[in-house]
Amino acid sequence: MSIYTEFKDKMPAYLLEEVKKKVPDNISDKRLKAILERIADEYKKTKVEPGECVGIVAAESIGEPGTQMTLNTFHFAGVAEMNVTMGLPRIIEILDAKKTLSSPMTEIFIKKSVANEKNVREYAIRIVERTLESAIDSIEINITGQRIDLQLKSDKLKDYGLTKGQIIKLLTKNLKGVTVKEKDDIITVSLKTKENLINDLYTYKEKIKGMYISGVKGLKQVLPVRKDDEYMILASGLNLREILELDFVDSERTRSNDIYEIKEVLGIEAARQAIINEVFKVIEAQGLNVDIRHIKLVADTMCQTGEIKGITRFGVVNQKASVLARASFETPIKHVIEASLLGERDELTSVVENVMINQPIPVGTGLPGLITKVK
Amino acid sequence: MPEEMEIKKDEMPETSSDDAKVDETTQTKETAEESEKKETAEKPENDGYEPGHSYEDFVHKEVKEIVFGVLSPQMIKKMATVKIVTPELYDREGYPVDGGLMDVKMGVIDPGLKCPIDGKKLKDCPGYFGYIELARPVIHINFVKYAYDILRSTCKECGRILLTTQKLNKLKSDIDFMQKKEDYEGIRALTKSIMVSARAKSTTKCPHCKAKQEGVKLEKPTTFMENEKRLSPIEVRTRLEKVTDDDCFFFGLNPKSIRPEWMVLTIMPIPPVTMRPSITLESGERSEDDLTHKLGDIVRINQRLFENINAGAPEIIIEDLWDLLQYHITTFFDNNIPQIPPARHRSGQPLKTITERVSSKEGRIRHNLAGKRTNFSARTAISPDPMLEINEVGVPQLIAMNLTVPERVTAANMEYLKQYIKRGPKEYPGCNYIIRPDGRKKRITDETQEASLEELQPGYIVERHLMDGDIALFNRQPSLHRMSMMCHKVRVLPGKTLRLNPAVCVPYNADFDGDEMNLHIPQTEEARAEAEILMLVQTQMISPRYGLSIIGCTQDAISGNYILTKGLKLKYKDAVDLLYKAGIKEFGKLPKKEWVDGKEVFSVLLPDDFNFTGHSKIKPDPLPKKGEKHDYNVIIEDGKLISGVMDQANLGEGSGLLLRNLYKVYGPDKMIEFMGKIFRLGIEVLLKTGFSVGLSQTDMPKLAREAIDTELTDAVTDVNQMIADFHADKLEPYPGRSVAETLELNILERLNSARNKTGKIVQDSADKSASLIVMIDSGARGKNLNLAQMSACIGQQALRGKRIEKGYHERTLPHFKKGELSPNARGFIRDGFKKGMTPHEYFFAAMTGRDSLMDTALRTPKSGYLYRRLANALQDVKVEYDDTVRDAAEKIIQFEYSEDGIDVSKSEGGIINVDRIIEETK
Repeated sequence: MSIYTEFKDKMPAYLLEEVKKKVPDNISDKRLKAILERIADEYKKTKVEPGECVGIVAAESIGEPGTQMTLNTFHFAGVAEMNVTMGLPRIIEILDAKKTLSSPMTEIFIKKSVANEKNVREYAIRIVERTLESAIDSIEINITGQRIDLQLKSDKLKDYGLTKGQIIKLLTKNLKGVTVKEKDDIITVSLKTKENLINDLYTYKEKIKGMYISGVKGLKQVLPVRKDDEYMILASGLNLREILELDFVDSERTRSNDIYEIKEVLGIEAARQAIINEVFKVIEAQGLNVDIRHIKLVADTMCQTGEIKGITRFGVVNQKASVLARASFETPIKHVIEASLLGERDELTSVVENVMINQPIPVGTGLPGLITKVK
Repeated sequence: MPEEMEIKKDEMPETSSDDAKVDETTQTKETAEESEKKETAEKPENDGYEPGHSYEDFVHKEVKEIVFGVLSPQMIKKMATVKIVTPELYDREGYPVDGGLMDVKMGVIDPGLKCPIDGKKLKDCPGYFGYIELARPVIHINFVKYAYDILRSTCKECGRILLTTQKLNKLKSDIDFMQKKEDYEGIRALTKSIMVSARAKSTTKCPHCKAKQEGVKLEKPTTFMENEKRLSPIEVRTRLEKVTDDDCFFFGLNPKSIRPEWMVLTIMPIPPVTMRPSITLESGERSEDDLTHKLGDIVRINQRLFENINAGAPEIIIEDLWDLLQYHITTFFDNNIPQIPPARHRSGQPLKTITERVSSKEGRIRHNLAGKRTNFSARTAISPDPMLEINEVGVPQLIAMNLTVPERVTAANMEYLKQYIKRGPKEYPGCNYIIRPDGRKKRITDETQEASLEELQPGYIVERHLMDGDIALFNRQPSLHRMSMMCHKVRVLPGKTLRLNPAVCVPYNADFDGDEMNLHIPQTEEARAEAEILMLVQTQMISPRYGLSIIGCTQDAISGNYILTKGLKLKYKDAVDLLYKAGIKEFGKLPKKEWVDGKEVFSVLLPDDFNFTGHSKIKPDPLPKKGEKHDYNVIIEDGKLISGVMDQANLGEGSGLLLRNLYKVYGPDKMIEFMGKIFRLGIEVLLKTGFSVGLSQTDMPKLAREAIDTELTDAVTDVNQMIADFHADKLEPYPGRSVAETLELNILERLNSARNKTGKIVQDSADKSASLIVMIDSGARGKNLNLAQMSACIGQQALRGKRIEKGYHERTLPHFKKGELSPNARGFIRDGFKKGMTPHEYFFAAMTGRDSLMDTALRTPKSGYLYRRLANALQDVKVEYDDTVRDAAEKIIQFEYSEDGIDVSKSEGGIINVDRIIEETK
């Protein structure tokens, strides 16, 4: 073991682990040392040099294959998958840090101890969002009685694990200004105020239909699937906070594809990882090859402040210290005017400003300066 | 720096007031030497020299920072050279009128005239500002928003901010702290919230003077209303004047750079004529710049307003004129304000005023400042030449005689350089110009040749023609990654196209269907050194995108080496011939026997101490054992190819494992040499063996044809059965899907599997020696799918992942019944390209073809914009000397570059190959 500790500072921990795993058990100390020395040497040679403009390289590495990605919003991947936004539109969506996604999805993993086909189906039915409409047999406006009559499907109610009494309670709680009564199987809802009665009855009818009764709010559609010997539920819709609290959910692996939601529920580091995973997933699905380091750099730039900032004129670009750098991107007049009001100083520390005034740019070979005594 | 002036112009709207605040707009702190040699010019001028500047003529300064601010009215007056009083431009002789808009004091644009301010002539005189005094103040359109915020947040009587002193004291320290730290973003956010709370509806009384407040409303674009009554710019200005300097900080204004009242103009600067030059038409008529037109309007209306006021005209007339003046000044700054009609030419085309000049892609910033143009560059069509080295570029002589390389004359090379002058500009390799130490340039002609030869002495510079071995940068747009511009060595060739080795087509994404490329010749030693060390083709072998080589053999080179190493037998003489043509002069390694094997020929190229094991592209079904002699197992021992074939997996770009190993062991320079040889060898093999594709190669044996036919018929029957089941309601839906969707999925799956099976049959029955198959198997070009589509079945046409369903009512084409779901009616093409398509099949194929065309056309601008945004956001992110990744403001983005600090372009596919190292360390 001592040989490994000797090299601890000379290479990243994951390389050491890899060597430990791959080296035969009975290896001689001498050979192990030789191997580690070579790896340490190669690692040293492989490291980035100071001044390397890794940002531009990352931008090129993600931008260049962009031309090769498909624009098709819907990607049909076999029998048991849902439609997902893929390709270029999804990349743009992630990097823009869009607040509303075009196809919000949650991957729910089930705890290993309870995962079997029967359970998964049951869980799936349990978590999907139900409105009262799905359990209504008939709903009518009784104009003579000045009330709404509704009849429920008792078998459906049983499926949802609800009783009629609970529904009546829910109705009274959620709808204000009504009285709910039950009379031989029919639930009647009548209004307390009589003004505008007919109109109100219609709006209440819709309200009753759309009332949430069970499941996890936001999960519109669920699909129990088996993926690599494991049961999981794919759900379209978002509600990570509530899903993670369910007792059968493996909360360590369950995730949604909404970066903002992940940030709210799990924090900025998780959001950073989510950006990396989501972008990488798309690029991989397109059969393109982009090193994950570039994506990591972009994700780190987006999350640097602790808030998610998109790669837009309102996000990352707006945070640049240099007025000219901001002005050279979009809306130059706005930036110049605002800078003049504040009496802003541009210290010309980045690239475009120096291009503008014909000076060497402070990256790469433009970074080092020579210090010499002038006589 | 006329451009810079222009930008500033826009950002310094100005106003009058009496405080004498000097306002710097640009501060340059000089660091370098300041030499003041100005007496170069006055010398006899017809010695053949063109005017020029030497290094010593200039004062060299480094710009350390740029400070932005707003010009005070005093400053405008101070920096102006002339007061403009008349809209007239020229007098009868065509000379600019004094006090007119083209006054020579604002700069000269006529050849021959001298600037009265600095005594310089056209092109040397930078131009100077003038000013006009406005008869009535006018609001500056770009500041309306900010003036409005201030008006709403301050007391109408005392001008204090509408917040209690306590609150202000609390905020004061925050603002001071931010000012000190120069956290402009923070200031902007804080002041925004301050203003929102100050103008809250609940404050009806000023907390300072207890005056009652009435809300100010802005009627866009420039009219302020209070209580249904209009606030004139004069009133607006008085209110802004009342704001104290201390309160300014709470509005995010720095009273040093701006006083709020300067947002209302009382004096307007007139931009120098040099930034709005007039052009003389062929007819001798002068055509003025858009800005001059606009300024003419402003001055004219201003004069009329003055006259009317002095004559005591009725208020209504004065107001009208005042509004007109406001309109003209507004459109002078920005002609695209939504609420007002744009000012137009007589022809009806809108004027291009200041905002339009600055912003957008064609604007000053993105077009002229961030994008530069250069001399010493060339552009023509490209064509391939595999006989060039990979890091060379073939330059037509015509171009070589126009592009030059400066060489400084020393005692040692004087005689040598004189040879070039002797040959002159018309004989290659000659020289076009000589440059005197004082920077003046002389063209070499028959007349000047003699004199130039005589006067040449150390310190002169000779601009000689481009020659073999010179350094050049080669580029093809769109420059999407850094390999789009690489350094090549020049090779002067006959012809009129730029020539490049086809192996570098991949990084440039070039082909030869009419592509053009650019060539640049670096002009200083520093630039040449940097280009050669950092940008030479071999240094760019490994793509920083994924850490694998991006340059490799392509097309014919792969096919040729595949044929050669797959068991080609050659006579000794032929083998030598082949190798010689590929550029090899040393044949000792070739065994002396009558017949030599292709593998032995290939081995001649490899260095003697090279060892390698790998695999070729096509996996045979029972995998051969490791170390067994088989085409699949590539084994090289001591520079000899013992087993295996060379194909895309070993020689191609992307994986290119053999090349990759050569690179690792022998370094980039050797590697590029090997690769050039391997490439040429492949091509020579094809030239020797002959290689062509014919229609007959898509023929299949009868048995295979029948097998394909049965397979397809089966598939169609199966699908028809499924459709029948569907109509009979016998189909079980998949969970979460409707019955119809389930049917579609099943059909798609069945038809795809049928197509794949036919592909398999075609592949199995194909003749392995046919050139078509050679190309597919070696990975040079084409896939099995292409062959199957030609000889067997084109397959299902899919639109958006579904079978075709668009078209007529309930059917795709009138050939079919309504609601028909059969393969035929939904875009399944049963036959191959060779047999041909029926009209409806052809139509379906055209549908998908058009769809993919649309896709490409729509994608390009989208991905281009994404790229621009990424590049803009990340351009200043770099690795610092302490290994952290930081942006321009020194904020840390990563503590170590992407967690392990590995440079992808130095790694092997993004990793350090532990397996290989363990294997190699014995």
